[in-house]
Amino acid sequence: MKNKVLKLLECNGRISFEQMAVMLDTTVEEIEAIVKKLEEEKIILKYSAVINWEKAGVEEAVAIIDVKVSPQREVGFDAIAQRIYRFPEVRSVSLISGEYDLSVSIEGKSMKEVAMFVAQKLATIDHVLSTRTHFILKRYKMAGVIFEDEEVDRREVITP
Amino acid sequence: MTFHPEDFINPLVRDLPPSGIRKFFDLVSEMKDVISLGVGEPDFISPWHVREACVYSLEKGYTMYTSNFGLPELRYEIAKYLDQRFGVPYNDQKEIIVTVGASEAVDMALRTICGPGDEVIIPEPCYVSYKPCVRLTGAEPVAVPTYFKDEFKLTPEILESYITPKTKAIVLSYPNNPTGAVLTREELAAISKVIIKYNLVVVSDEIYGELTYEGTHTCIAGLPEMRDRTILISGMSKAFAMTGWRIGYVAAHEDFIKNMVKIHQYTMLCAPIMGQKAAIEAFRSCHHEVSRMVEEYDQRRRIVYKRMKDMGLEVFKPQGAFYIFPSVKNTGLSSEEFAQKLLKEEKVAVVPGNAFADCGEGFIRCSYATSVKQLIQAMDRMERFLSKQFSS
Repeated sequence: MKNKVLKLLECNGRISFEQMAVMLDTTVEEIEAIVKKLEEEKIILKYSAVINWEKAGVEEAVAIIDVKVSPQREVGFDAIAQRIYRFPEVRSVSLISGEYDLSVSIEGKSMKEVAMFVAQKLATIDHVLSTRTHFILKRYKMAGVIFEDEEVDRREVITP
Repeated sequence: MTFHPEDFINPLVRDLPPSGIRKFFDLVSEMKDVISLGVGEPDFISPWHVREACVYSLEKGYTMYTSNFGLPELRYEIAKYLDQRFGVPYNDQKEIIVTVGASEAVDMALRTICGPGDEVIIPEPCYVSYKPCVRLTGAEPVAVPTYFKDEFKLTPEILESYITPKTKAIVLSYPNNPTGAVLTREELAAISKVIIKYNLVVVSDEIYGELTYEGTHTCIAGLPEMRDRTILISGMSKAFAMTGWRIGYVAAHEDFIKNMVKIHQYTMLCAPIMGQKAAIEAFRSCHHEVSRMVEEYDQRRRIVYKRMKDMGLEVFKPQGAFYIFPSVKNTGLSSEEFAQKLLKEEKVAVVPGNAFADCGEGFIRCSYATSVKQLIQAMDRMERFLSKQFSS
């Protein structure tokens, strides 16, 4: 039940407890209790909207930075990751497999701002060996949502 | 002498009534901003895997005929699916034909077994094609009504009362369109006793089998002594959201299959290879998508059922397919009046129950193969409509 609630919320963060209760064939009280617990346990971290900022006319520069670091004794990659994710410009940090170690996504007002952040803050952190910056040019799909989905309902209005 | 094409029409065809849905379709098509709960197909588009596999096969040049039976790999997948999913094993070489939709399979099965002088039992309300298909064979369809009080399930007692020495076959279609009725294993077992007693053939249209919400679908062919006398029909349309591909299949005893394939080879030759290629991919990689879609239908089913109950409609909770079949008798309107008025006043399209059978009069079929957002909007409109009906 817990995972079913999470799935519904992942699809629609604004869904009401009442509607969830009907959809999952349970009571509003149970849903309320589950959601409360999920929030307390920080399984649900926050509720947010998926936004097409480009369409909203807001300029933004987003880059994905591959970061190679030398892991430190006892703390491995965690300490260096923390140094990075504390910066408010950093939207996400993940440990990745492959040639690089961390994948960092950075948002700024302009490409220059992002590039400067990488050069001045990120690349200069101790144990950061090298970085590779990829600017995002266009978003097609994010959080499971296709941005310009052209798939409309083409069914006949009445069929047997 | 003037030539009148009308004089040359086969009486069997001439006397077929046109589908009761057509008239309503024309009415709806002319209107704007209608929310249609009249659609008998999934609102999901075929999984991308399936579409991509078809494009790839076209690029590779798969544009030819296949074996009359269908591509061997596809028959293999169908046999594996029927065995693993529903516990009914069939030989993929001798007991399966890939058809142009389940519709062709229904026609083929009936033509293979029935002819003039035979009677075929058809529990109603049901999908619109069984009766005409029986008529086209020259046999006589015998409509057997089912009732709201039984949640539109066929009961052994009612079935037995309609059997005559001429009865040769029965068409079963559960999960049912339009009612959403499902027969459990026990209920099917009770019916199969009657079927065995009178030595009938079963044409079992299980196209909605995957869309069973409480428990798993039971194939009547899996019950004792039923396998050899059952012609199992299903297809890709509903479970895999692949209606337009026109890929169905039939699984039955070799003796049925070897005769059915004669009709198939002379009339259809084979199902389109693009659809067959797509269907192979569907079986191999889309089971996850199927369960996701089924879960979504299930959630919508609960929403619609609750809303309808709350707004004062007499309704039972459908157990399968994606239809709900409430009674509108307490509004004092007939099925058609209700549907037309609802369409005119609130722009919600539903299908009058009498389009599916005489015993469907007083009911409407609502499909919940529509997004939750649209469904809720449709329910709001229907509620407003009903409160006007009840207050006037």
